[in-house]
This record gives sequence, structure tokens and C-alpha cells, in this order.
Amino acid sequence: MTFPRDFWLGFRAGLPFLLVIIPFGAVFGVVATEAGLNLTQTMGFSIMVIAGAAQFVAVQLMVENAPILIILATSLAVNLRMAMYSASLAPHLGKITWWERAVVSYFMVDQAYAASILKYETGPQMTPRQKLAYYMGVVTPVCPMWYIATYGGAVLGDLIPAGLPIDFAVPITFLALIVPMLRTLAHVVAALVSIIGVLVFSFVPFNLGLLIAALLAMVAGAEVERQISKRAAR
Amino acid sequence: MTLTNTEIWLVILGLGAGSYLLRLSFLGIVGNRDLPEWLLRHLRYTAVAVMPGMITPMILFPNATGGQFDMVRMGAAIATIAISVWTRNATLTIFGGAAVLFALHFLIAA
Repeated sequence: MTFPRDFWLGFRAGLPFLLVIIPFGAVFGVVATEAGLNLTQTMGFSIMVIAGAAQFVAVQLMVENAPILIILATSLAVNLRMAMYSASLAPHLGKITWWERAVVSYFMVDQAYAASILKYETGPQMTPRQKLAYYMGVVTPVCPMWYIATYGGAVLGDLIPAGLPIDFAVPITFLALIVPMLRTLAHVVAALVSIIGVLVFSFVPFNLGLLIAALLAMVAGAEVERQISKRAAR
Repeated sequence: MTLTNTEIWLVILGLGAGSYLLRLSFLGIVGNRDLPEWLLRHLRYTAVAVMPGMITPMILFPNATGGQFDMVRMGAAIATIAISVWTRNATLTIFGGAAVLFALHFLIAA
């Protein structure tokens, strides 16, 4: 790496996510093997899909014997947010080489996106190469541990005591990421619209309610920002 | 589960390929071109637009309790927000939130 300092800063930002990645990956390993997938298939999910929420949705629908097309459409809908992350990262990482962008895309998980975008937007100016180094630093502890934890869960699954609220590791990490992002009125409005929207549109099938809520929230945030800067310019 | 091995691999490969294309979409296509200001202004709110909506149902109607509201999870969520506002530190927040979660779990549920 040309900029080891940014890589290690990212690495340090990625470490706390292990608190989530390890239990989450292990739980996936347990759930997938209990659903009837063999070890290769369970690992295939975590290595090829590398997206916890969508993997859980897919396995759940497989257990319910849903048609393959519905399984794919629903779990891809859960992952549609990745396209938004991709668009959001493009202004920052668009100027690196194409194969580097192909690698960044493979490792585009919630934690990598959230930690990187927080750094890019709140920290001092960084070059595209420094931004890449930071991003790769974040994913270095996170992604390999996702595979290892899945393997551990699949092999040692029966040892985890039942009834522990491990599922809640996910909201806790996300809250730790979101709260520091609420630094302007526009960000707060976007978050509120997202929360209200997802509840209002919860009747929409295939997880599309979240997408509708997210689009409305983006429009709300952008509009509040535009109004405030218009007033400030006056 | 009644899916055959081939069908299971179809799901894994289809979901893997589809997810990768979603991740590559803008980053791969847009590349060096500059995006218009109105689009950038919307994209600045992607994270705060997606993530709160994603976790709201997990906090209010957890799958693990069959969708039933749960004081343990609600309490842990409120504590996590408070710790984050107070410490402004992601690591402390995650540790603190997890500590409150397990403390409430053993106090209330057990």
C-alpha cells in the first residue's frame, strides 16, 4: 500500500465491527446448516454473496420452499441499497482504476460503506488513493472474519446457547454508525423520513417498502439542504 | 426444505452475481465522470436514508421474538443511542450497547 497510514486508520475503524461480524456470521452458519445446506453451500453464500441480511432472507425463503425466482427477487431487493452505496461512493472512488473499483465493489458491505463515507465526508480532504487505502483498511478485518465466523457457526453451531439475543448485534452497530452522521438538520430529517416511511410502507411486499422510504428520505434530506443554503445565500 | 442441490446452487450463484452487479453499478459505469450537483446532493443522504429504515423493524418487531415488541431490545437500542450521543465513539457505543443488551436480557428475560 502506498499510503499505509490511511490503511491502518481504516483498519482501526473496522476492528469494532468484529463484535457484530463474528456473532452475525456464526449465527448465519448455524441457521444455514440447520436449514439443510451443506458446509460448501453455507460457505458459498458467505463468500459469493457477502451480505448478511440478504443471506438470511434467502435461507429463510428456502426453508419456506418459495419459488427460486421469488427467493432471488426478494433477497436482491434487500441488497438494492448496495446500488445506492455504489452511487454514493462513485464521487470518491470513481478516479481509481477499473479493476480496483471491481475489487472495492466485491467488498462493498454495510460496514465498509458506512465507515468510509463517514471518513470521506467529515475528515480532512483525501486523495482518491488515500480513500481507497482507508476503504481496504476497513474491509481487511471485517470480510475475512465473515467467512471464518460462518465456518465456525456451521461447524460448532450446537455449542451456542439458544435464546441469547445475538440478532440484536446488527441494530446496535448500525446505531453506532448512524448517530454520528446526524450532524445537520437535513440529516436528521432524512433519518426521520426513513423511519416513518418504512413503517408506513411496511405493507409493500418483497422489502420494497424500505426502498420507497429510502428514496423519500434522500429527497427530503436534499430538499432541506437546498432550502437552508438558499436562505443562507440571501 | 425441498430444494435440490442444483436449485440451492442456483440461488447462491444468482444472488452472488446479482449482488455484485448492484455493487459495481454506479462505481463501475460512472467511473471518472463527474456527477451533477443535484444527484450528489441526494446521494449525501444515502446512509441516513437507508440504515434507520433498515433497523427500525429490527428494534420494534424483532424476528427473534416472532415480531413481538421486546423491552430488552428496546432498552438496549435507547441505551445505545444515549451512549453514542454521550461518548461520540463507535467502539464504546458498540461495547456499551452490547453490555446493556445482555444485562437486560439476564435481568428481565431470564
